[in-house]
Amino acid sequence: MISAFFIFNQKGEVLISRLYRTDLKRSIADVFRIQVVSNSDVRSPIITLGSTSFFHVRVNNLYVVAVTKCNANAALVFEFCYRFTAIAKSYFGKVDEESVKNNFVLIYELIDEINDFGYPQNSEIDTLKTYITTESVMSSPIAVEESTKITTQATGATSWRRGDVRYKKNEAFVDVVETVNLSMSAKGTVLRADVDGHILMRAYLTGTPECKFGLNDKLVIDKNERGASDAVELDDCRFHQCVRLDEFDSSRTISFIPPDGEFELMRYRSTSNVKLPLRVIPTVTEIGTTQVSYVVTVKTNFSNKLSATNVVVRIPTPLNTTSVDCKVPNGKAKYVPAENVVVWKIPRIQGGQEITLSANAQLTSTTHRQVWARPPIDIDFQVLMFTASGLIVRFLKVFEKSNYQSIKWVRYLTKASGSYQIRF
Amino acid sequence: MSSFRAPPRKGENFELSADLNSEYREKRKDAIKKVIANMTVGKDVSGLFPDVLKNMQTDDLEQKKLVYLYLMNYAKTQPELVILAVNTFVKDTDDSNPLVRALAIRTMGCLRAEKIIDYLCDPLQKCLRDDNPYVRKTAALCVAKLYDLKPELVVENGFVETLQEMIADSNPMVVANTVAALTDIHIAAVAAGSSQEVFVITPTILNKLLVALNECSEWGRVEILTALARYESPDDRESEHICERVVPQLQHANASVVLGAVKVIMIHMRNVHSENLTKQFIRKMAPPLVTLLSNPPEVQWVALRNINLLLQKRHDILSNEMRVFFCKYNDPLYVKVEKLDIMVRLAGENNVDALLSELKEYASEVDVDFVRRSIKAIGQTAIKIDEAAERCVNVLLELINTRVSYVVQEAVVVMKDIFRKYPSTYEGVIPTLCANLDELDEPEAKASLIWIIGEYANKIDNADELLGIFVDTFTEESYPVQLQTLTAVVKLYLQKPEGSQGLVQSILNTATKDCDSPDVRDRAYIYWRLLSTDPGAAKAVVLSHRPPISLPRTTVAPALLEELLSEIPTLASVYHKPAETFVGRGRIGVDSVQQRNSSELPDDRSATQKALQTVAAGRQAENLLDFDDVSAEDGQQPSGLAATTVLASTPAAANLLSGTSSNPLDDLVSIFGSVSMTPVQPPQPANALGGFGSPVATSPPVGLPAAASPPVQQASSNDLLGLF
Repeated sequence: MISAFFIFNQKGEVLISRLYRTDLKRSIADVFRIQVVSNSDVRSPIITLGSTSFFHVRVNNLYVVAVTKCNANAALVFEFCYRFTAIAKSYFGKVDEESVKNNFVLIYELIDEINDFGYPQNSEIDTLKTYITTESVMSSPIAVEESTKITTQATGATSWRRGDVRYKKNEAFVDVVETVNLSMSAKGTVLRADVDGHILMRAYLTGTPECKFGLNDKLVIDKNERGASDAVELDDCRFHQCVRLDEFDSSRTISFIPPDGEFELMRYRSTSNVKLPLRVIPTVTEIGTTQVSYVVTVKTNFSNKLSATNVVVRIPTPLNTTSVDCKVPNGKAKYVPAENVVVWKIPRIQGGQEITLSANAQLTSTTHRQVWARPPIDIDFQVLMFTASGLIVRFLKVFEKSNYQSIKWVRYLTKASGSYQIRF
Repeated sequence: MSSFRAPPRKGENFELSADLNSEYREKRKDAIKKVIANMTVGKDVSGLFPDVLKNMQTDDLEQKKLVYLYLMNYAKTQPELVILAVNTFVKDTDDSNPLVRALAIRTMGCLRAEKIIDYLCDPLQKCLRDDNPYVRKTAALCVAKLYDLKPELVVENGFVETLQEMIADSNPMVVANTVAALTDIHIAAVAAGSSQEVFVITPTILNKLLVALNECSEWGRVEILTALARYESPDDRESEHICERVVPQLQHANASVVLGAVKVIMIHMRNVHSENLTKQFIRKMAPPLVTLLSNPPEVQWVALRNINLLLQKRHDILSNEMRVFFCKYNDPLYVKVEKLDIMVRLAGENNVDALLSELKEYASEVDVDFVRRSIKAIGQTAIKIDEAAERCVNVLLELINTRVSYVVQEAVVVMKDIFRKYPSTYEGVIPTLCANLDELDEPEAKASLIWIIGEYANKIDNADELLGIFVDTFTEESYPVQLQTLTAVVKLYLQKPEGSQGLVQSILNTATKDCDSPDVRDRAYIYWRLLSTDPGAAKAVVLSHRPPISLPRTTVAPALLEELLSEIPTLASVYHKPAETFVGRGRIGVDSVQQRNSSELPDDRSATQKALQTVAAGRQAENLLDFDDVSAEDGQQPSGLAATTVLASTPAAANLLSGTSSNPLDDLVSIFGSVSMTPVQPPQPANALGGFGSPVATSPPVGLPAAASPPVQQASSNDLLGLF
């Protein structure tokens, strides 16, 4: 299992070093610095030297590194690294060199709690926050009672929830966030279109509520009601550990006791009938060797009551571009030489609209003509109250001993960031 | 707080020592923080040991943790002084606060000082039976720590038996940690050569594990799944039961749980005879595997490597899912390369058009390595699907017309493979290939084109002219090109004796007199003698019919594949090689594999063992890299290789591996071997012995993986020639 855990900065300086097992020495960190940090051509996230393996994940300007000496579970090690990052993020906002340096005492406390002898332990953020805090905890008699409660929770069957939660107003917020992945060929055919959905929940519910959650899942609806047409086919679902997997497996009901506060209830994937919220129609012509002309049209493909916001279109230009002049009816377009793209930012596009950018790029003449690889056009956007998969939350039922009324809120968001690509 | 990392001042330790003994609590705590900060950056603060120790007795949990952290680091260097801490530790394990009790027992296990161990046993005994589950789960792992330090003590105190009882604990987290501890001890015991099984999974334990599986934390589930994988079920009913209980875990959000469940199902499915059930399990496995691709790139890569293995065993798992493996422009290279390999595996008649247009797209990207692999993938598709071969050739022709040097060269290499699979089919392409003769500067591409010219000498009008160019520069070429030129000229002479007599004379002369490679020289002598004694025999040898190549369905030997599948998702299954090859010395070495082999094993098992053994032996020989920390301290830099290159550059291991494979056409794997990290398999020796003409004609250009080291492989096939 994990023998050591390190955090390096960009220069390869050790910020955090914790050896969990004794089969390694601290100086192993030097080996990583030489092999990975100062090596410009690292082509694998795992480096094995002799019998020592380095697993590294890059987070902002940091390397989060786990070292093993055995035939370690690779998926588990990476999941652990990412979990650490998530925990750190929730504790001190962002994870970068400065925050790690400022919070190193807390980080040591955390990594000792979430890993013992190389085996990951309870890493539920909500629970951790009850006993690893930024203020110091005094071991007074009152605390004893409290910590008994904490420890039972940290190991219990519902390790993610305290039993004594109280709220005046019982509320649950459900956010359905869908990320659309699209690859469209130059001819306009869809090569790949699928949706990665996340259902995030914020539960502010008293006691130990038993929740039941219903979607317009095709498999459920076909069984119960015939002829319902708006059902969605989910290719795969993955759940937070609070969801009873065996129940889902047998009857596809999603039932659980939620953690207190914010958590990701489920993730799903859908590939059939994906409604693409935006269409991009590019016409790019190379005029001789010194000019490229662009006409890029963005069309919205949803009801005019909704609108797409924060739209960012990135249009690649050849490497030898000197200047680009753009004309846009809406938003701002600017050539960014460092990335070789024209960035076109549109704050808002109403449903059913279409807008067109026309631009002309001037190229310098080069001695040897290099073929331009034409990377795809990439578009980021957000559309509120729209799901590309057509998914709808049908119900969220909350049952609790005290039988209180609870208020539920549902929000939908479809977005793309770096994965909505159109070739030209 | 960043001031803790201020540059060192003169006598900093002295100041810290004063602060540590300050009468103000806050000042002392700040001093401890500074000490820890210094420790992290590698400064020696061991001299402050007694001062830090004084601060151990405190009500402030945070401070206590800091002092403990310091102790864990320096206890080994100050064994005498650690004794002073024992009292506080033992007292803490009796504290009324369970967090304090757990903290004390956790830290004691990490101290690793001989002196303190003896004091550990009693508190540990107590904590294992603590009524708080948090303390119990911490104590369970502490037993594993103790075993690592002093196994005798664990045995003497009967801790292993206690652990075995704890599997029945009511708390799932305690069960999970107990399983982890027992597995850890089990592995250590096996590595130490203990014959006694520490952790046998009996049917009773099995049921307890299956119950705990649904309740414990994600990490605990991984441990339990690993244990389930080790269980040997007596009949198919039980195997079915295990699979059914594990299937829901495929829906878990944590990738390691999903892959762990896949492993258990793959293992226990071997015993399931019902065709229907097997199909059902496979069907349920597919969507979660695809979902793994929406993870961060590192996890994706691990998943892809494992999917690659799974596909070798079960071709049908993801048959309709090729599109999800299309590369995104911004995927990291290691992910793209794996996706390519998987796409070729999934290619079939129904999706080949989509695949080809995708591969063509990739061939215009920027990264040279990726472009080359994409072109190679086109060739593999052509060889895999007969019906699509023509479309593939057309795509290759389009690529050649781009006239980008590396694209053309790779396309030529790929065309040669296509000619081998479909002899005399696409001769119309040859003029285009020959037109690009001047563009070629890489040995492999040159050798490939020369092979094509030699092979179709009688259909190319100006073959003598073309070959003449290479004969003129013969001595400047690299050996593979020389060998190929030699063979091609002889082929030309045998097919069109008129007009090429001078060429053959001059090349044989140059090769025997001016060439410093013994391989080239020897081959020239053989040809010379053959031609001068019996031209008929020469024809039979040099122009002999070669078997067509095919795309291997697996890149590892079948026995090894089974072994690797039961290792999902560990490093072994990511690297596609047995753990013994990279986990050196300690744990399971070659010796123990041999030992296990000598004991009685069922037939299929022993085959696996044998395969492992040979590969391990091969790797062990190479494993000089297995550096000590000492060597690193000395500043000796281990000449490590990135994971992707490790395998390709170990022909020794590959040689051995090919010996264990039963596929007679294994030499062809070498063509494709370099695509992934799988071992490269050189030509089968048997093939060469069958008729000594065959290596002459087949081996040199055909089997040269781009990334591997050609000289060694060359030698292995050409040695045989030297015998004659």
